[in-house]
Amino acid sequence: MKFTGKVWKFGADIDTDAIIPARYLNTSDPEELAKHCMEDADPEFVNKVSPGDIILADKNFGCGSSREHAPISIKGAKVSCVVAKSFARIFYRNSFNMGLPIFESEEAYDKCDEGDVIEVDADNGVIRNITKGIEFNVAPIPPFMQQLIEDGGLMAHIEKRGK
Amino acid sequence: MGMTISEKILAKHAGVEGVEPGEIISVKVDIALGNDITAPIAIKEFKRAGAKKVFDKGRVALVPDHFAPNKDIASAEQCKILRDFAKEQDIENYFETGEMGVEHALLPEQGIVTPGDVIIGADSHTCTYGALGAFSTGVGSTDLAAAMVTGETWFKVPESMKFVYTGKLPKWVDGKDLILYTIGKIGVDGALYRSMEFTGPVIDSLPMDDRFTMANMAIEAGGKNGIIAPDAITKAYVEGRMKRPPVYYASDADAVYSDVIEIDCSKLSPQVAFPHLPSNTRAVEEAGNVAIDQVVIGSCTNGRISDLRKAAAVLKGKKVAKYLRLIVIPATQQIYRQAMEEGLFDIFLDAGAAISTPTCGPCLGGHTGILAAGERSLATTNRNFVGRMGSPDSEVYLASPAVAAATAVKGVIASPEEVA
Repeated sequence: MKFTGKVWKFGADIDTDAIIPARYLNTSDPEELAKHCMEDADPEFVNKVSPGDIILADKNFGCGSSREHAPISIKGAKVSCVVAKSFARIFYRNSFNMGLPIFESEEAYDKCDEGDVIEVDADNGVIRNITKGIEFNVAPIPPFMQQLIEDGGLMAHIEKRGK
Repeated sequence: MGMTISEKILAKHAGVEGVEPGEIISVKVDIALGNDITAPIAIKEFKRAGAKKVFDKGRVALVPDHFAPNKDIASAEQCKILRDFAKEQDIENYFETGEMGVEHALLPEQGIVTPGDVIIGADSHTCTYGALGAFSTGVGSTDLAAAMVTGETWFKVPESMKFVYTGKLPKWVDGKDLILYTIGKIGVDGALYRSMEFTGPVIDSLPMDDRFTMANMAIEAGGKNGIIAPDAITKAYVEGRMKRPPVYYASDADAVYSDVIEIDCSKLSPQVAFPHLPSNTRAVEEAGNVAIDQVVIGSCTNGRISDLRKAAAVLKGKKVAKYLRLIVIPATQQIYRQAMEEGLFDIFLDAGAAISTPTCGPCLGGHTGILAAGERSLATTNRNFVGRMGSPDSEVYLASPAVAAATAVKGVIASPEEVA
């Protein structure tokens, strides 16, 4: 897995209400949800982001509500992956279950600026900042989560492996 | 090596002798829950996987409570997805508007969740049922879909943090203040991925409703679950109520904790969480002069009968401040009726409050009390994130029912001491 894109930075404790406000939860349509992605953190985000771009956040990204609409809206906005110092646990589960790639890196947030182009090379456990010419480690995806990704998400996983 | 209560419940449901933190296990699920926001996606995934029948029609609970009674056409469509699925699958625990309550108040009240259970819910506040001594945690819609098919889910066994509440609770300080203070102390990710076990002499005499409030907000510290070992108070609540026999677990004396945090409650004041994080807490006396436009008393955190009694005790014979809206939302139909029979509605109505049918409503900015730009609400709910109750330019302050009632009377954030 390798993702290359421009970085959009967000701070610590970005909650799922900021990622997709509840006023839009009367639908689960990915295209509708994508229109409001990150709206209460940055109302201009959806107008600025390009397909393949990467969200880079401080600690505890996705805290709060269990709404799967949050990773759905990010994926719908064609963000390729999210890198953060840490993720809230339900958001972490949801992302693997529905197929939004997410990565934990302590260093990336501190060493990248908004607009930098980075390459997340999950197979080799490296993030390369192409703009700045530096690289740092990314935490490996735990084996069970890797299996989920390989199987194509949780539902495909249980279909394939029984339970 | 001893085990914590959470580890024991997980081991039992995984069919093994013992589990250790970090281990990934597959467990049997006693109850799988969804609501009108999360279940439609789960139902879509269930159908997409080609599943025909839920694993057990008595162990799935569907509660349309967030945007119900239907707030708009799109919400009506979402609720209809639940209703149609409930009919098709003959789901026993489906609650139509009229029997519906806020899910985390409703399920314990109806005896659907039981001590010793493993419960997952596609709602982050599913951790509430830990107050009964169950392992209960929030998941997403796809996890719910998988559990509806298989009756199982996977967990990474969490490390446990032990919170020991000592001393004596001062007047006006309750479970809401304890949990707000705790979140303020450790931060919104202070318990990330971990189990929060609430113990100590203060918990030993804490009423059931306050215990639900505490377990409910474990997620606000990032916790996987909040849990309180069952005791005489739990048993008194459970007796004659539960649909399945309860199983009581307790932590071993030599159980291992990642942290032990002691909190002396004797000098605590009622707490207020300022915008925009539940951890941004301070004592009510230090709130300063904050004018409030709307007060909400309700939600899965504080919409139970004792919450309404505490608010009514402060409001009795008083009037809500001019231009302030007080909205009271009993969390279930049973609580609604009880509040009415106890005369609490008279007190609320005399004070100038609006009383709503049970719903999550304004807590998540759904309906029945949305804020305009520049407005401030003090609420007994659980989150004060940007835009949580309406406009992204509004503010939410979190506090107990007693502080909420006092604030409604004064028009500024106030201690019950100033009013009663």
